[in-house]
Amino acid sequence: MGNLVKIAVRNLLRYTRRSLLTVSLIAFGVVFVLIFVAMAGAFKETIVASITDNYLGHLQIHRRGYVASIESLPLNLNLEPAQLAAIQKALESVPDVAGASERIKFNAMFSTFVETTGMRVTAVDPDREFAVSPKLPARVLQGDRTPAALARGKILVPELLARGMGTKVGDTVVVVATNKDGSVNGKTLLVSGILESATGPGGRDGYIHFEDAMEILRMPGTEATEVAIRLRDFDQVARVGRALRERLEGGGGSRAALEVHTWAQLSPFATVATLIDMMALFMKLMLIAIVLISVLNVMIMAVYERVREIGTIAAIGTLPRKILSLFLVEGVMLGTAGAAAGVLAGAAIILALNVWKVSVAFGGARQLFVLSPRIDLFEVVLASVMVIAVSVVASVQPAVRASRMEPIDALRHV
Amino acid sequence: MNVIRAGDLTKTYATDGVEVHALMGVSVDVEAGSFIAFVGPSGSGKTTLLNLLGCLDKPTSGRLEVAGSDVTRLDRRQAAAFRGARIGFVFQSFNLIAVLTAFENVEYPLVMVQDRPAIERRRRVLELLDAVGMADQRDKRPEQLSGGQKQRVAIARALVTRPELVLADEPTANLDGETAYTIIALMKKLRDEVGTTFVFATHDTRIIGAAEIVYTVEDGRLTGRQELP
Ligand SMILES: Nc1ncnc2c1ncn2[C@@H]1O[C@H](COP(=O)(O)OP(=O)(O)O)[C@@H](O)[C@H]1O
Ligand SMILES: [Mg+2]
Repeated sequence: MGNLVKIAVRNLLRYTRRSLLTVSLIAFGVVFVLIFVAMAGAFKETIVASITDNYLGHLQIHRRGYVASIESLPLNLNLEPAQLAAIQKALESVPDVAGASERIKFNAMFSTFVETTGMRVTAVDPDREFAVSPKLPARVLQGDRTPAALARGKILVPELLARGMGTKVGDTVVVVATNKDGSVNGKTLLVSGILESATGPGGRDGYIHFEDAMEILRMPGTEATEVAIRLRDFDQVARVGRALRERLEGGGGSRAALEVHTWAQLSPFATVATLIDMMALFMKLMLIAIVLISVLNVMIMAVYERVREIGTIAAIGTLPRKILSLFLVEGVMLGTAGAAAGVLAGAAIILALNVWKVSVAFGGARQLFVLSPRIDLFEVVLASVMVIAVSVVASVQPAVRASRMEPIDALRHV
Repeated sequence: MNVIRAGDLTKTYATDGVEVHALMGVSVDVEAGSFIAFVGPSGSGKTTLLNLLGCLDKPTSGRLEVAGSDVTRLDRRQAAAFRGARIGFVFQSFNLIAVLTAFENVEYPLVMVQDRPAIERRRRVLELLDAVGMADQRDKRPEQLSGGQKQRVAIARALVTRPELVLADEPTANLDGETAYTIIALMKKLRDEVGTTFVFATHDTRIIGAAEIVYTVEDGRLTGRQELP
């Protein structure tokens, strides 16, 4: 084996420029894939974290049919006390749950006594909501960032609305809403903070205390629009989603009327995420094509240039299998050198991207997301193995051709 | 003991429907340790005959035993293994491997054909480089050597596996007169030392005199046998 590698490397070095060019081409492809995967991963992770940590949570449970008409925030599709109890019990059985927050969502009129406008309201228990939406406090631009900001009688007003209405922290405002029976009720609240907008649905809601909403909507018992859930480990979303669905959506009675959704089913960004994954796949296919074509090209040339040498070694008794492996090793060395150079260069660039921070604005939000591109060892190994495997495949045909040459024909070749 | 026993060998090439009878009934026995030449004009069939004797090609008909084995029945792989074990080759254009040094070229059959241990390889290679007078050039690549020096390395490569038979097709055709003569003399000296049979084909009248037995080849037949003193 040592000698096969020695001969292969020397033959590659014999045409230094051609080999270097091929190695660089492969390395370039590897760098491209690694950086794309790292950047796309960082982008996805940042956006997903922003969406789930701000308001969506990792999973949400609604009454069946609610999500289909989510735009109108219907109050007649609230979760009833028995259903909330069933959900509570189901969540206790899942150890991965870090927090759950019952919310009431409704359309309301927001009035500063001077002006009135429409507002979407999310009513929560502050401690439980902060556990599910850890980025919520950071969005409070002015005012109180503790759960006390959402104590009874307080309201967090969305930034855009506050600006338009001239609302400030400490102002008194009125929230008026129609309950599901059609009767109108209002409540005076104290503005405890201004809330920065976040991307996506729920990113422009005002926040009040759960019990204030019950009062405004004259709810007889504890009802909720949804239960948002945060898990300890984001990667468990699909699994926990399945487990909860099995417990809550199966069977008859009150449980049959529930539906469990993951963040991906609720956010349009999931489509973007899938698109990014598909682009990464496409990049990998491009890499395969680059390696296939460049290695095949070099190996066809190598066999053609060395016909007489092949005739010689075959004549003096080198077995076809050995000749085959000589050329396979040569192709693999090309691929390996390209993969190694690509991984090194890619790692260096990704490191540099982390030192000189890259940030993106997404979805018109004012927040800039600082990306920290990282690359899994798995992706590195995958790309390397892929490149090396493809270079084997690309070398097979030329190597087989070399091993099947008749020594007397090859020796006559000039 | 005969290292070659060939009976009524024929070889017919069929190219584009035209048959070329390159060999027509060649019978020859070669005694072990002899130093013989096939001599004849270009196109007379010398290369064709040496290819058969070297198990590089199969006769169209006839019997052929090399080193005691019937080689007409060997398949491709077996023929390669047989050549690697029993036969050494010296070529007209030297055919050294360009990327290997003189030492590595001589070592090549011991590594890639016979798989010998490193210590034995080193001993044998140095012994042969010494015997062909190339010990001091052993780290040079072929491109750094003259034609005569390349052929010396090639002879060392042919002998390093201790074959029973060395075949050399026009070994001096690419060399000047004096070098040609010293190469033939070197082969003869090595035959004297190790007893390997040397068979060469040539139309080079300068070196015919060095052979011990000369066969004349004309139009695919052996037309003469001459023993030289
Ligand atoms: N592969 C081949 N196909 C067709 N004809 C061939 C082939 N090899 C040799 N010949 C023919 O066989 C004859 C003998 O050739 P060769 O053995 O090379 O002669 P020499 O080596 O004495 O010059 C020539 O007429 C040559 O053209
Ligand atoms: Mg010839």
